[in-house]
Amino acid sequence: MHIFKNTKFDFLRWRWHAMAVSALIIAVGIAAFATKGIPLGVEFAGGTAIIVQFDGPTSIEQVRNALAQHYPGGAQNTVVAEFGDPSQRRVIIRVPEAGQEEGSALSSEAEKVESALKQANTGTFALVGREIVGPSVGDELTSKGIWATVLSLAGILGYIGFRFQFSFAVGAVVATIHDLLVTLAFLVIFGYDLTLNVIAALLTITGFSTNDTIVIFDRVRENLRSMRRDSLDHVINVAVNQTLGRTVITSGTALLSSIALLLFGGEVLHGFAVTMVVGIITGTYSTVFIAAAIVSLWRGKGPARAAAQAPAAATASAPPQPARKSKPQRKARAS
Amino acid sequence: MPNLRWKAIIVAAVLVIFGAAGVYPIVAARYGLPAPGWLMNRALKLGLDLKGGVHLVLRVQTDDALGLETVTEMERLRELLSTNAIKVANVSQASSIEFRVEGVPEEQDAAFRQTAPEVEANFDRSTGVGGTYTFAMKPNIQVTLREEAVIQARQTIERRVNELGVAEPIIAQQGADQVLVQLPGVSDVNRAKEIIGSPGLLELKIVEQGPSAAKETFLVNGQVPSNMELLPGTSGVPGETGATVYYLARRVAAVTGRDLRNARPSLDQNNRPAVSFTLNTEGARKFGNVTGQNIGRQLAIVLDGRVQSAPTIEGRITTDGQISGSFTQEEVQNLSLILRSGALPARLTYLQELTIGPTLGADSIRAGVTASLVGLLLVVSFMLVYYKFSGINAIVALLFNLVILLGLMAYAGAVMTLPGIAGFVLTMGMGVDSNVLIFERIKEELEAQRGVRAAINAGFSRVFLTLIDTHTAALISAAFLFNFGTGPIRGFAVTLAVGLLANIFTSTFVSKTLFELALAGRKQVTGLSI
Repeated sequence: MHIFKNTKFDFLRWRWHAMAVSALIIAVGIAAFATKGIPLGVEFAGGTAIIVQFDGPTSIEQVRNALAQHYPGGAQNTVVAEFGDPSQRRVIIRVPEAGQEEGSALSSEAEKVESALKQANTGTFALVGREIVGPSVGDELTSKGIWATVLSLAGILGYIGFRFQFSFAVGAVVATIHDLLVTLAFLVIFGYDLTLNVIAALLTITGFSTNDTIVIFDRVRENLRSMRRDSLDHVINVAVNQTLGRTVITSGTALLSSIALLLFGGEVLHGFAVTMVVGIITGTYSTVFIAAAIVSLWRGKGPARAAAQAPAAATASAPPQPARKSKPQRKARAS
Repeated sequence: MPNLRWKAIIVAAVLVIFGAAGVYPIVAARYGLPAPGWLMNRALKLGLDLKGGVHLVLRVQTDDALGLETVTEMERLRELLSTNAIKVANVSQASSIEFRVEGVPEEQDAAFRQTAPEVEANFDRSTGVGGTYTFAMKPNIQVTLREEAVIQARQTIERRVNELGVAEPIIAQQGADQVLVQLPGVSDVNRAKEIIGSPGLLELKIVEQGPSAAKETFLVNGQVPSNMELLPGTSGVPGETGATVYYLARRVAAVTGRDLRNARPSLDQNNRPAVSFTLNTEGARKFGNVTGQNIGRQLAIVLDGRVQSAPTIEGRITTDGQISGSFTQEEVQNLSLILRSGALPARLTYLQELTIGPTLGADSIRAGVTASLVGLLLVVSFMLVYYKFSGINAIVALLFNLVILLGLMAYAGAVMTLPGIAGFVLTMGMGVDSNVLIFERIKEELEAQRGVRAAINAGFSRVFLTLIDTHTAALISAAFLFNFGTGPIRGFAVTLAVGLLANIFTSTFVSKTLFELALAGRKQVTGLSI
């Protein structure tokens, strides 16, 4: 079975359209970020989150009223939401404050919320979980998260620069940054919290997106040896077409497992699964439309010869041939 | 083909070894099958987010340890000065690492300088105007003291947690001054926090004056005498809530909690909960001396800077004593535990606390298992439909991948967390990537009119370097993820990394061997179901 058979799409012709679409999404994301901001999870922003399970039916509205009346901070800055399956009657309450970082005072806000619920008689409840993060942990995690992302991009840039050429590394990293921005834009627009799990998913997408990109670059490098008279753009187009089936299938299976997580992974993994689904889709898109286009832009429109690596020069006398019938040259693969 | 036979044996051996280490203990635990203990000890461990429990991050206020050292040295110098009859105007603490001596008389300056060097092992002396000297703790001493304080705090917490009887706790230093405490299965956060964070400093001090409700009673020229200190306590009969009163007590403790041999819950003469303690030999000698010299005076029993009771010394006491006050039964139990495990060298501050109730953990496990099964089903169906017979090959390789992943994680003692399960599910989706890459290449080679065997060989060898490149890049991001993350995220990074490593083996070696086995013994291979 073939999804794509001998396709000859001219992906590079659409690169400006593709970049315009991406730029638009990112711009909307930035606008949303500027107006709404991105809600940070408790881990990063600091604060208190409490999950309680009520014994009888209790509405979100009742919980909200209880806080408005009895919680000293009022209800305006708190987030009250259903947690997981409605039949479990679980409610998550988040307040931006945590107690003082002094002795064991950290949990004082949590206790105030719990006593507000008791005072308002919203029904008996059990504490299912509680997360309290003081400001110093949040600050530390935020800087650690940013460093992890930057360093992991730099590591990939270095590795691809070492294994391929610098222009390829630029293409891969630009495509990966693109994926991170588009995914973040989606999260901002749809109001998802930036939690530790979401950051983990973003870092995974970094790896996944580069993975896809490397497969195409590998094919470009291979084709460069056999198609030395063709323009770089043509070589890239052929490589993207050759690997198209694989790109789509791999993304498809990764998408299938992410969807399984999204549907069945439970409330705790929800943000993670959403991020993965969005990231895999944009990762595939950027692999096909962005990564190679950046390489082509970076190198200019010269003939493929200019882009060929040193080992390819050993097969100098090869006549120009179309990519699909170039077996003898493929054997010359040396790097 | 002996070569092929060996490959098949390696593949089977890997399956058996990793299956026994990773999968069998899980199955055995679930269905109550017999399994040897050494195997079950190596079973894959569940993280706190799946088991339920308490996760705490504390900061050790290492400034306290520095302050204590500064005060101790300051008091030592003060005593030396009075023994050598050097009269100075004032000796005072300036900060946690500095103290100042003011008004050294000019004629005694040389004598002062001779007395002071003893302090200078740990402090730098600088001279100011008008006979003022400042002593600042040397930077290397500060570093050592801070490090020691964190290590001591961690050890004290370890002793307290062990006394609590928590199974498989994790207590680890994190960064320069933080301690991570994970208590699986504990749901009473407040008790755990109190026991871990209570300073637990017991001091027995001779009372000079008091009690009195007004602090002013004790002041001499508006100041507390230099070798004395004011300690708060509670008035009235122990057991009743009274007003705060103050005692003037000697600054230097006769005996501290360091000299304890044991502490246990007991009852006082009024049958109220109390804590009885026994001193060790050194403590008993000191206690005997002090009580013998101070018969008729009050002895303040000070816990964390507050006088619990101040009984009158009626005779020489050596080994045994009792702390009575307004305690509940639970309080005396906690207090005995805290005293037994020793005092903390510095105050602790809670920075983060996370409680996962047992139901939340169980729900997460159920959700994770369902997502895994559904993910597996989806990927397997897709591969079968798309690659037909060769799809089976990919599925076998994928199952191998998962078995090796579980086995390696169990062997390495890694912890399975909820994000770890997510990594497991993703490994299914992404792990078939290598097979897809290889199969697509084989298809291309078949179209280029190669024989089946040649196409398979070319497919595997052409793609090998690509696989190395993609896996290395993914491992780089997994490494940074590991470095960044705390518990659960680390579990995810480990799962991802181990999955990647296992994948290289299964996609290039296992999968190829399976193809060779399928084609073995057939002379003419005309087609491949792919």
